[in-house]
Formats: sequence, C-alpha cells, structure tokens
Amino acid sequence: MSTATTHDEHHDHGPASGLMRWVTTTNHKDIGTLYLWLSFIMLLTGGAMAMVIRAELFQPGLQLVEPNFFNSMTTMHGLIMVFGAIMPAFVGLANWLIPMMIGAPDMALPRMNNWSFWILPFAFTMLASTLLMEGGAPAFGWTFYAPLSTTYAPDSTDFFIFAVHLMGISSVMGAINIIATILNMRAPGMTLMKMPLFVWTWLITAYLLIAVMPVLAGAVTMMLTDRHFGTSFFDAAGGGDPVMFQHIFWFFGHPEVYIMILPAFGIISAIIPTFARKPLFGYSSMVYASASIAILSFMVWAHHMFTTGMPVAGELYFMYATILIAVPTGVKIFNWVSTMWKGSMTFETPMLWALGFVVMFTIGGFSGLMLGVAPVDTQYHDTYFVVAHFHYVLVTGALYSIIAAFYYWVPKWTGNMYDEKLGKIHFWWSTISVNLLFFPQHFIGLAGMPRRIPDYALQFAEFNMISSIGGFAFGLAQVFFLYIVVKTIKGGEKATDEVWEGATGLEFEQLPSPAPYHSFNTAPEVK
Amino acid sequence: MSENSVANNNQQNKVSNKQLLKLVMIPVLMFGFGFALVPLYDVFCEVTGLNGKTGRVEASEINQKQVDTSRTVKVKFIANTGNGLPWRFEPVVTDMEIHPGEIYEAMYRVTSRTDKPSVGQAVPSVSPVPASLHFNKTECFCFLNQELAPGETRDMPIRFVINHDLPEDIVEVTLSYTFFNIEQKQG
Repeated sequence: MSTATTHDEHHDHGPASGLMRWVTTTNHKDIGTLYLWLSFIMLLTGGAMAMVIRAELFQPGLQLVEPNFFNSMTTMHGLIMVFGAIMPAFVGLANWLIPMMIGAPDMALPRMNNWSFWILPFAFTMLASTLLMEGGAPAFGWTFYAPLSTTYAPDSTDFFIFAVHLMGISSVMGAINIIATILNMRAPGMTLMKMPLFVWTWLITAYLLIAVMPVLAGAVTMMLTDRHFGTSFFDAAGGGDPVMFQHIFWFFGHPEVYIMILPAFGIISAIIPTFARKPLFGYSSMVYASASIAILSFMVWAHHMFTTGMPVAGELYFMYATILIAVPTGVKIFNWVSTMWKGSMTFETPMLWALGFVVMFTIGGFSGLMLGVAPVDTQYHDTYFVVAHFHYVLVTGALYSIIAAFYYWVPKWTGNMYDEKLGKIHFWWSTISVNLLFFPQHFIGLAGMPRRIPDYALQFAEFNMISSIGGFAFGLAQVFFLYIVVKTIKGGEKATDEVWEGATGLEFEQLPSPAPYHSFNTAPEVK
Repeated sequence: MSENSVANNNQQNKVSNKQLLKLVMIPVLMFGFGFALVPLYDVFCEVTGLNGKTGRVEASEINQKQVDTSRTVKVKFIANTGNGLPWRFEPVVTDMEIHPGEIYEAMYRVTSRTDKPSVGQAVPSVSPVPASLHFNKTECFCFLNQELAPGETRDMPIRFVINHDLPEDIVEVTLSYTFFNIEQKQG
C-alpha cells in the first residue's frame, strides 16, 4: 500500500503536525478521534435543540417559539442525534478499537476511511443550513413521512435529501471498511469466535448498514423525484401511496434501531467482565443473540405502523415477531447479570455507566414490549410514551454505552486517567436528571399527551415542568462532560499499560498506554 | 518496531478486489431493492385486497346467471376532493341495496368551481378491505382523467358488480372516491 511506502522514509512514526494532519490522515486512531469529536459537537448541537423543545414545553401555552420552528427543532434534533451523534460515535469507537482489538496495524481501506469521515461535516453543514433558509428547516419529524415531506414540505427539504444521501454514502463506506478489516486483518490465531464482542457486534452492525442505508437512499430519492420530476411514488393522485413511504422508511428504520444498539451491547460486554473480574458469561450465546436480533430486525418493521389500518393478520404477525426479539435481548441481559453474579465487583466510572445502561436499557426494552402489543399500541401511538421509550433505549442505552466506552478506553487512547471523582459526579448527575427528564413522559404519554406538539393540555403541566428541569440538568451534565474530556486529554494521572486490573483484550494486554500512533505493525501472538 | 508496516506483515490482510466488489454490490443491490419494493407493494396489495383498490372487468365477462337474489348488500357512496382541487364532488344517490352478482349503475356529480379549465383524477377505495377483492367495475370515471371547463357540471356514471362470492359476513360495503388535482403535478 502506498501509505506504507511513503511512511518507510520516516523513522519516526508520529503524526504530521498542523491542520493538514487531520485533513489528510489515513490513520485509524486519528479518524476515530475525528469521528468522536464530530459526534460530540453534534450531541451538543442536537442537545441545544432539545433544550429549545423543553423550554417551550416548560409551561402550557405557546411561550418562546413559533409552532413551525418547534417542529423544525423536533425534526432536526432527531436527525442530528441519530445520524450525527450516535452513529458517528460508534464508527469512531470502531475506528479506534477494532484494529487494536484484532491485532491489525490499521483499517483495511485507510483512504476510504478518510473520505467517509470528511463527507460528514459537509452533510451536517448542509442539513444545519436549512435552519437559515426561507420557509424554515424541515419540520415533518425525523421520520419524514410523505406527503408532509413531499407535497407540503418547505424548499429546504431538498438540502435535507442530499444531506441524507451523503450520510448514507459515508455510513456505507465506513461499514464496508469495517467488514473488510474484520474479515482480512485479524492477527494469526484470532479466530472469529475469539474476537471481542465489540468486534462481533460491529461486524453484524456493518452488514445491517450496507443492507438498509441504501434503502433509505432509495426512499429519499423517491421523495426527490416526487417533489420535482413528476413521479407519484407516494402521491395518491398519481396512483402512488403515502403508506408505502412508511413501509419503505421503516424497512430501513427498524434495522437502524439495532444499528444504534448492537455496538452498545459489544461495549457493555467488554466493560462488565473487567469490573466483575470474571470472564463474560455465555460468549457464544451473545454472538448468536446479536445475529438473531439482526435477522429479526428485518421482519418487524410494520410495528411502527399499527395504526395505519393494517389487517388483523398483519398486526398479529408483526406483534408476535416484535415480541420474539425480547428473547435474544433477554439472553444478553441475563448474560450480563450472570457475569456479575458472585464477581468481585468494583464501581469505577465505566462500570457505573455500564450498570446504568443495563438497568435503564431494560426499562426502555420493557416499554418497547408494551408498544409492540398491537391492541394497546393504538393508545400509545404518537404519544409521549413513545418518546419516553426510545429515549430510554437511545439515551440511557446507546449514549450511556458511548460514554462508558469513553471512560473505559480513554486511558488507553491518551495515556491519562480521567478524574475519577468528576466521572462519578458526571454519572450520578446524568442518571438522576435523565430519569427526571424521561420517566414522567411515560405518565403523560399514557394519559394521552401527543408528541411533536408545542402546546399541551393543562393537566400535563406538572410532569412537563419536571421533565424540562431534568432536561436542562441533563444538558448541563454533558457540557460538564466536555470539560472532563478536555481535562483528560490535557493531562492527568498516568495510566498503566493494563489500565484496569485484569483487563483482557489485545489493546490492554499487548499495547502501552497511550497506544502508539501505529500499533501492531507486526502481528501479535493470540493464544 | 519495524517501520515498514503493512507490506511486511505476514498476515492475510490484503483486501482482494473481488471481495471488495462483493461488498460494494450489496449496497448497490439494496438500493435497487428499495425501488423494487414499489411494484412488490402493489402486487401484495392487489393479491390481498389491501388498500381497497377495486378491480376492472369487461361487461361480457360477467355471468349474469350467478346473481344471488337471496342476499342483499348495502353499498354506500362517498366522495372527497384532495390537494386543493376546486371541485364540488358528490354522489347523486348516497347508498343503494344490491344483490351480489348483478350489475348496477350509480351516479356521481361533479361541478367545477373555478374560472379556469381543470383536470382531476379520481382514486377509488373500498372498505372493508376483504370486499375490495370482489368489487369490480365495468365502467368508471376513474379510468380516465376528467377535464372540466370553467363552471361545468358533469354527471358521471359507474357500473359495478359485487361478485356472488362476497364473504357472507359482509353486509355493507363503502365505495369512496377522492378526486385529486393532477394539473398541479406537472408544474
């Protein structure tokens, strides 16, 4: 590879300096860092939009923003958090960790890696620019149902469409790179069933990505031609069907949900054994459970559409198939609990976040089961109960796992320990506030408060106020997290090579802290 | 540590073009699959009768001997206009009692309320869903675009038959039409 030959001329393998280092880099660690910073910026951006939403909902009545702007906020918040915060964060972790975990010197396709990152800032600039456009940013919800997103959408929707195309291209390239890396670059002896679970779950996630992101690209392309080129995919007047949009969208959308949670399962499966000081219980069942969740995810999409007038047979099928997913997911939860059973547990910050994940992701999983029951979904559909459900799985699930991964691996990345006291404050501050934020939304949802509306009936006032206070506190906690991140990068107690007592995996066993810029130039021994 | 990194490695770490091509083919095929969902969706709806799309038959194909006079089914007619079509659109008779297997005629009336010529397309829908598989039309204004002069009123007939094999439990069928503005589309 040409990168290798150019590097041959230098003896020192440190990174180039200056801005161009980051623009031209093909190093998996640099690109991982770029992804993680992008996702942090997006987290704070999407978080700021959530603050606007919670501020408007602090009291009943219209207080601060125009309803259309409120709708833009819910839309952009969802899009930015899903495509800008959670997904790039996992890709960033994959970049940093997968080569080190499988004993590879870098990703298999380093130049494509650079490209797949650098598409993203353009995509999100384009998406964010719609906020400044005449007619406002997209305001049809992150699910962009037709005809709201076709016939009735503002002109800025075209920018949204191309932004989604770019994000999709980036994700697909990233996923191909990850598959190629895992299948080709493993050190001798690193058989598939010896791979850390984070690598396994990412391999499965990458296959999901290349299977469904193109379907999303197809959906937005149909939107584009419906809007401008006279087609009628989703237009009943021309023989199309708006409900078909929902089918195509959720054919992408449901696997997307697992794209955002499977890597989290891998992270938690790495952290819990370390701090329980026991090997992971049921490794192979974890692998099979992940694979079956991925396969099932293609067969359950219409549970998002129980209220579209599906025949009873369809509702029954999608209900049973959806509830079936609880089985492999339950296997995972029980495996984590069994790993901790009679372990010598300690509660450092990464473990706290991982335990927070297990408890609160399970809450989100249970409310998901409730929503999966077709007859009662008619009541829950499009209420705050749904909002509470997916925020429990995405915030206290996916986001918690990302934060846990940061605390767990940052000593390996920077060579510095984070401040344990601040980390614990961050955890408790976030956990108390996030429950204050989302738990009351279960109640107001069951009582009938619809989502995506800037105003609400008076009887929901108290719970909304509690929720908003929790929201502001949770938002502030993540600004505090930014301080912890910067502090850790700048300095701190030196980490040992092992970092955590008895930590397993090539990155802890065979690499120093901080991990050198080029690691595993010679393949390690894997027993 | 050795400075020549990847090349010197004795791992099988070269990604072959063949493998890369295979991986690239998956998203390309899935992009195509996204579009293939559109005809698949139509076929699925046609076979199951979901979506309430009605069938079209030639009058000669209908066997008038299979009229089931022992059964009476109530048919209701509904009319709507969509996406800003400035038409008044209503059924002349709002409901009728029919026998399965016999051909009936019903009339809809449409009036243009604009001072420009306008074109609309009617899209039918039958409820309940299982009935749509047995609901056939020999003549319908929805088979073609309808163009109205400014202020024109037109009576438009449909000739339909509900097959004698309509499931026993269905005693009432609703036929709904929505007229959409299709001139706007070409803009």
